[in-house]
Amino acid sequence: MALLQIAEPGQTAAPHEHKLAVGIDLGTTNSLVASVRSGSAETLVDKTGRDILPSVVHYTTDSVVVGDDAAQQAITDPENTISSVKRLMGKAFTDINTTRIPNVLVESASGQPLIKTVAGELNPVQVSAEILKALAARATETLAGELNGVVITVPAYFDDAQRQGTKDAANIAGLNVLRLLNEPTAAAIAYGLDAGQEGIIAVYDLGGGTFDISILRLNKGVFEVLATGGDSALGGDDFDHLVADWISAEAGLVSEQSLAMQRLLLTEAKHAKQALTDNDSVEINIALEAVNWQGILSRTTFEDLIQPLVKRTLLACRRSLKDADISKDDVLEVVMVGGSTRVPLVREKVGEFFAQEPLTSINPDKVVAIGAAIQADVLVGNKPDSDLLLLDVTPLSLGLETMGNLVEKVIPRNTTIPVARAQEFTTFKDGQTAMTIHVLQGERELVDDCRSLARFSLTGIPPMAAGAAHIRVTFQVDADGLLSVSAMEKSSGVSASIQVKPSYGLSDNEVANMLKDSMTYAKEDVTARMLAEQQLEADRVMESLIVALQQDGKALLSDVEQSAIETAIQTLYQIRQGNDRDAIEKEIETVDKLTQDFAARRMDASIRKALQGQSVDKV
Amino acid sequence: MNHFELFGLPVNFELDNASLAITYRELQRSLHPDNFANNSERERLLAVQKSSQVNDAYSILKSPIQRAEYILAVCHEDIRGEQQTLQDPMFLMQQMEQHERLEEIPHSADPEQEIADFDDELTLSIKAYLQEFNKLISAEHYNDAANVVRKLKFVCKLQTQLSTLEDSLLDY
Repeated sequence: MALLQIAEPGQTAAPHEHKLAVGIDLGTTNSLVASVRSGSAETLVDKTGRDILPSVVHYTTDSVVVGDDAAQQAITDPENTISSVKRLMGKAFTDINTTRIPNVLVESASGQPLIKTVAGELNPVQVSAEILKALAARATETLAGELNGVVITVPAYFDDAQRQGTKDAANIAGLNVLRLLNEPTAAAIAYGLDAGQEGIIAVYDLGGGTFDISILRLNKGVFEVLATGGDSALGGDDFDHLVADWISAEAGLVSEQSLAMQRLLLTEAKHAKQALTDNDSVEINIALEAVNWQGILSRTTFEDLIQPLVKRTLLACRRSLKDADISKDDVLEVVMVGGSTRVPLVREKVGEFFAQEPLTSINPDKVVAIGAAIQADVLVGNKPDSDLLLLDVTPLSLGLETMGNLVEKVIPRNTTIPVARAQEFTTFKDGQTAMTIHVLQGERELVDDCRSLARFSLTGIPPMAAGAAHIRVTFQVDADGLLSVSAMEKSSGVSASIQVKPSYGLSDNEVANMLKDSMTYAKEDVTARMLAEQQLEADRVMESLIVALQQDGKALLSDVEQSAIETAIQTLYQIRQGNDRDAIEKEIETVDKLTQDFAARRMDASIRKALQGQSVDKV
Repeated sequence: MNHFELFGLPVNFELDNASLAITYRELQRSLHPDNFANNSERERLLAVQKSSQVNDAYSILKSPIQRAEYILAVCHEDIRGEQQTLQDPMFLMQQMEQHERLEEIPHSADPEQEIADFDDELTLSIKAYLQEFNKLISAEHYNDAANVVRKLKFVCKLQTQLSTLEDSLLDY
């Protein structure tokens, strides 16, 4: 193994081996997986040559089927067939219009929606994990090897609960997530790198269940998101529902419909919508149960139905331009993403709004997966010289509850991530020793109008007069857009912190249990997987230290420091070969402490280098 | 390390936005957590922290009003988060009038035009205050400069309220 070479100064590292990484577009209606192979990103196909996997999962008592085969069960076995599960991700049961969901939903003890099937009551996260597993299996087979990492795309407008749910699903599917990437940003990568564009572009992304608009500035490989907006519950599915309602009204159907009838109406509505892309009218036939109805839907009627929804998307575009402080004339290019942008009215209205023909040269179904694959290839380390850098933003403001049921914003929407912001609060009663911290997400002023993300308590504050305590609450959002919050009373140093586990998300324990329950690991030993993960972390620590020593050891470390680190790496290497997970974890911690200074010095050195390179450029 | 030092700049109100943006991108190119996707937990955490710091510094430095407030904090006193302490009856009177104007907008004949006009006026007055601030801070008249920043905050708050009103009129 290359590791032992480090003790020999001057020796070069083993040549970079190609690592396997894929980009996954986990969509409401369809999902895809793509990878960079011999230099270009392409979607991966199944045995029958199809790259699109319908996001539909069918359960029986002892099997799970994903994709087209599952979709075929939709009308015959609606209860056990789950489609558009993404719309339930990270939602509370009370958030959901259950009449719109052709499944039986029940509420969990913690207020989450569960889907009742013959395989038990399923959390949306578990169902999403099945789709991810199917895609990962396809990739493992096509690329002939285990995946080192994946990039999974999420709507830019997804809130913390929805993002965390997606990450949990990946965890249950046994995937190493390199990054959660926003869908419009992924599309911009696919287009931007293709064309070598510079300037402002707008990405209009109307998928099956979600709408996003992002305004980006492209500059020498840097994709800087200036603003993003949208609606995480508006998409092509809503067009289908409007058409289905129209059919119901025309056919005089009763309002209480069977699950099978709901499915049939939605399926026919979707077909009608798709047919109207190229035709002025379409004939619809409904023959099920006692119903036998035929009718014609014209494009004009369809457009009247969906007009209000299209208008809502344009209002979001307007707001994002304003947030980005950009006028329509500054927009160089408008990129269309998502299957629903095939609807002619959508293209027409978007074109009118931006006063230019929108770009549709890359297949709108595939563009997100392709962008994600390009990013995955860079992140996994296959392209050390890449210029690609993504600077994304928070889609929604993050804040805290204050007196009077009001929300105090700590991080406003469209702030570049990662970001850390602190706010100081004080006690309002004499002798108050505890404080509840309620974390919220949203733009509105009242607590009840925002999304509750988490509540936690800071206890053990020494008794003081009202207003004397200084409680500093820090919000940290990482590059995936995930939030953690910590609180500290300054005079006493009492502190509390949480990785925000959204109120409507899963606890770490639940994720661990699902992992144990999930089919893939039922036979395997879960502890074996945990050991493997710890070994992988040890490898990462060693690998990055080796590179660091080669690059900066001489410049930043004394001989004594250098040899201490080398010894520590050797020890870690030996312990890593064993199978004691706790010992490995402990040794990683030791190495971590020993190299803390070195890591900080390296960061400072790279800041100096970045500044220097800059001033040389200026000269 | 203060925000100016992080960007290798002298503490000065006037700065070149284009070169600030270039420096920002260079810093993120080496510090962004995406560069550390395969590194140890510790290094990823450190990158998140450093990268956050650079983002924070950039957002403050590129916004003239936040930059003014920040310079004041570095050179003199930190007035961020203070309760309102401005004592200038003329200015406060003017503020009240402007708030009345804001409240009248929904009832006006053409609210959209009225919002646009009002917004333009506020933008102009912000510009004038910033120029005044620049003169005062260069002459090291810190207390007067602080009062200008306080006024700026009033005007900015008004502009935010105006934009919220616009959003609500447009039914977001």
